[in-house]
Order: sequence, then structure tokens, then C-alpha cells
Amino acid sequence: MNPSWQKGYSTKSVYLQTPFHQGIGYVNLRINAAMIQVQNVSKHYGELVAVDNISFQLEKGDVLGFLGPNGAGKTTTMRIITGYMPPTKGSVYISDIDVFEDPQAAKSHIGYLPENPPLYEDMVVREYLDFVADIKQVPNREKNGRIHYVMEKCGIVNVGKRIIGHLSKGYKQRVGIAQALINDPEVLVLDEPTSGLDPMQIIEIRELIKGLSGERTVILSTHILPEVTMICSKVVIINKGKIVLEESLERLTNKIDGIENILLKTRYWGEEIQEKIISLPNVSDIRLGLSNELIIEPKKGVDIREDLTDLVMQNGWGLLEMRPVVHNLEEVFLRAISTEGN
Amino acid sequence: MKGVYPILKRELRSYFASPLAYVILVVFQLVSAMFFFLNLKGFLHLQFDPSYQLLREELNLNTVIIIPYFDTMSIVLLFIIPLITMRLLADERKSHTAELLFTSPIKLRSIILGKYLAALILLIIMLCLSSLNIVVLMAHGNPDLGVVLSSYLGLLLLGASFLAIGIFASSLSSSQLVAAVIAFGILLLLWLVGASSDTESSIFGYISLISHFKNFGKGIIELKDLAYYLSVIYIGLFLTHTALDSERWR
Ligand SMILES: Nc1ncnc2c1ncn2[C@@H]1O[C@H](COP(=O)(O)OP(=O)(O)O)[C@@H](O)[C@H]1O
Ligand SMILES: [Mg+2]
Repeated sequence: MNPSWQKGYSTKSVYLQTPFHQGIGYVNLRINAAMIQVQNVSKHYGELVAVDNISFQLEKGDVLGFLGPNGAGKTTTMRIITGYMPPTKGSVYISDIDVFEDPQAAKSHIGYLPENPPLYEDMVVREYLDFVADIKQVPNREKNGRIHYVMEKCGIVNVGKRIIGHLSKGYKQRVGIAQALINDPEVLVLDEPTSGLDPMQIIEIRELIKGLSGERTVILSTHILPEVTMICSKVVIINKGKIVLEESLERLTNKIDGIENILLKTRYWGEEIQEKIISLPNVSDIRLGLSNELIIEPKKGVDIREDLTDLVMQNGWGLLEMRPVVHNLEEVFLRAISTEGN
Repeated sequence: MKGVYPILKRELRSYFASPLAYVILVVFQLVSAMFFFLNLKGFLHLQFDPSYQLLREELNLNTVIIIPYFDTMSIVLLFIIPLITMRLLADERKSHTAELLFTSPIKLRSIILGKYLAALILLIIMLCLSSLNIVVLMAHGNPDLGVVLSSYLGLLLLGASFLAIGIFASSLSSSQLVAAVIAFGILLLLWLVGASSDTESSIFGYISLISHFKNFGKGIIELKDLAYYLSVIYIGLFLTHTALDSERWR
């Protein structure tokens, strides 16, 4: 372990070094230490910059939705975090261990489900988990217990004696998740865990992942947006190797609420409606919706519904409908990846 | 060196879970037995030849059966070893398990060593089975045991060098077939280099895999031959390590 203060970079961690059982040594008490720190990480494949100066950090218990279109650099970033390959620039710390200075120590904190589950098709499920437990250096006396636990947790007890190559895709994915959990990792990295599954399997796997978070720090990549709202507590959106948005889901939702647009439908229809509305003090933009309704964007954080009603009443336009339009994540996502470069 | 054993165990289990290992063992055994008994037959015929009595000194069990037998075996290994090593690393890529291995807390060299040792064990099983031929001979004559044992040591070292080159070839591709072809190509090249230069003192004679085998066949164990094979093994494994490492460093 290389505590951060010795290396001269800053974390939110506070260290207390206390003599503990005199003569035995020192124990580090970490308070609110970052579990994962990604610092200015870049990865170049020849000319191609797959990951471009990415930084973020996750606390214990965070569930990060790592979102981005195909080719955004999600897999590459995850491979760097898990120590599969080194970054061209930058560094990654897992629980304050530099992944590339002490890979053995860092890797023992991580469970990783790559994009394609890493399965030996000719092995029996239980035998496979036994092997993974061995290479992840699970102590012998805990091994059977761990294997039993992950099989139970992932719902694969009934296929324990089957050959992996004969399992359905959904079951293979479960075995893949089970292998990632075998060493009871503090950090769980899942690369598109629901891709290629049928809708029923997707729901099952999401439930499974939800049940895994809690104490663990989870990074989950996906290009499916609702997945993030369902499972995650934090979102990082990445496009063309760059982070375009980083937010806690809570704040993201608030932010969306704050700039909530108003949909307005009136009986009367005329050019001057738009002009009059845009001249209201708290309206920042107005545009036409799909079926000729007006979408009005208020200034940030201002409720303009009363002003709008008054205006419609005064002019006798005949109010048919007025409601807030809920921004969904999809809109945020599309906006984030389209304003990239600004 | 933690982690060598689980890798080795899985690899051996995987060899014997597929028909490949059995096919290789059976084919090797049949081919070696066939060559052995052809040599034996030739020797028996020879004894009825009137001129045999004159050459009795040169034409004995060892020169007619044992030495040619081990020479043939070394060539058979050249063909069979690429089949043993081809899947070792190529398959890890194909099944995406490379990501599991390389993100687990064991060192790359333990992974390579575990796999290499598994292949070596298969080779040893192969050689042990083929020694049945010699046992048959011992029941009916008295071959020079010193020559037999040193030949086996030579064959083991030769095979172990082939394996190291084979595992390197397997680290270069995700296709088993390509890996086998590369291994075979390198082995053949290193073999022919020796055949084309008859002086052992030349550089080609030195790097040739086969020229160092000759002494073992005569019952002579020399340090320089031992050192040669051990260096080939080391270089093969080292190159494998470099190939796997640099691929991810690119
Ligand atoms: N091994 C590789 N060699 C060269 N280019 C690569 C390699 N892996 C990924 N890339 C490229 O890097 C970019 C990011 O890929 P990736 O991280 O797989 O994205 P994502 O997982 O978000 O779909 C893509 O343009 C991809 O083609
Ligand atoms: Mg990907």
C-alpha cells in the first residue's frame, strides 16, 4: 500500500496513523477515502486517441454508470482501471494502490467482467469458479464458501455441473458475474453486462447487479440509458474519449428539473403568441413542438407557469394544455454528446 | 511463483478434456512403435546376411536400432510439438479469457510457466509411453543403457526447446492454426540451418537445434549441449513474455 500523502497528490482521504498493539506495527485508518481514482488517463492506439485525459473518482459504495456511444472508449478505460493494460499517460489508484506500480495488490481488490465473459467453454461451471478462485488467490479454507455464495447470488446453483459451452447466453453472463465476485472484491467493473441478452435476461441481470451494490464500488458501462437511472448513483458520459458530463444521478435529476421546459397548447394560433411569450422576463427560449405545441424554456430555476397562464388569459387565447415536459436522461445524453467540443 | 500450479492444473485438465491429448499420445506411440519395429526388422534381416559377420563390430543393436530410432523420434517431435503448443495462448485470446488471466493478481511469468509446464508434462508422458519399445528390446537383447538414457535426456531437452518455441508462436496469434504454422516454420528453419552446414564449429551449426542432439545419441552428455537447450527454452519463454507484455503496452 502506498498511502497518498507519501506521493504528493491529493485525495479527500484523511489518514490517521496509530500505533496498534504495540510492537506489531501501524494501522492506517482511512476516512472517506476514494476507492477509485482515475487521474488524467489517456490511451493512444497509434494515431488514434481512444481515451483523452479522463479523470474521475469514486467513493466506497458509489455505483457509476459509464455511458457513451460505441467506440467512445468505455472498454479501453475499464481495461486500464483493471490493470489489463497500462495507460499512455496518467494513473489509476484502487484504494490508494497504484495499479501499475503494484498491480498484484491492486488487482486483488478488483472483480472484472469484460465485454465478452471470459469463460473456458470446455469447463464445468463449478470447476471454472474453482479455478478463478485459485488464480484470484482466495484462501483455500474460504474457497468452497465463496464458490457456494457466488453461485447462489448469481442463480447458477442448478447449472453448477454443466459444461459452460452448453449454457445459454444469459447463464454465461451470470457465470461471468459470478467469476468477478469470487474474491469478494471491493471494486466491481462490469463492461456492458446486459448487452446481447434478451429482455427477460436483461431484467434479471439488472436485478442481480442492483443486489450487488451497497458496500462495493461498482463501475458499469452501458449504452442503454434507462439502465443508468435504474442502477446507478453517479453518471459519467464519455464521447470520443473525453468526459462530456460527470454528475451524481441525484444532482443530474435536479439539474434536469431546474431547466424543465413547459409545453403550452392554445386554441388560438398566431405569430404574435411566440413574440409575446418570448418577451416575458423569465423566458429564455421558445420552439415549436412536434404537433404545433409550444415548448418554452424558462430561465434556470424559475417557475413561469403563473406568468404564462396570466398571459394566455389576458389575451384570450384559450388554454388547452399546459404541463412541464420532463427531460429524460436521453435528452441530456444526446445534448452532452452533441455539444462535445464546445 | 504463486499461481503456477492452478494454471498448470487447468491446462492439463483441458488437454485431457479434449480428444487432442489422447490423439497426440496414440499417434506418437504408434509412429514411434512403427519406426522402432521397422528398425528391429532390418536388424533381424541383417543377421542372416552373410556379410554381417564381417561388420559385426559396427552393426549392433545400438547402431542399427537405437540411434536411428532416436533420430526419427526427434523428427516426429518436430511435427507433433506445434500441435501441443498451438492452443496454449492463442485460445486464451479467442475465448477472451486472456482478460481474466491478465487482470488476476498473478504474474505474467507464472501464467506462462504454468502453461509451459503443462505441455512439458504431456511431453514427458509421451516419452515415457514410447520407452515401452525399448523395454521390449531389453527383454530380447542388451542395448547400451547409457546410450538409451542419454538419448532420452536429449529428446526431452529437444522437445522442451520445441515447446518453448511453440508457446512463443502461440502468443503471436489468436488462431490455433496460425500458431501451429508459425511454430512449425520456426522449428523447421532452426532444423534446416543445421542440415545445411556440416561443420559443428560454424555459427549455423551452433544455432541448429539438431546438431546439439547428436552427442546425446552417442551417449555423450556435454555441458555445452545442455546449456544450449536450456538457453533456447529460456529465450522462448522470455520472448513469449515480451510478446504478451508489449501487445498491451502498444
Ligand atoms: N486494441 C485496439 N487497437 C486499436 N484500436 C482500438 C483497440 N481497442 C479499441 N480501439 C479503438 O479505440 C476506440 C475506443 O474503443 P472502446 O474502448 O472499445 O470503446 P467502447 O467500449 O466505448 O465501445 C475505438 O475507436 C476502437 O476502435
Ligand atoms: Mg466496449
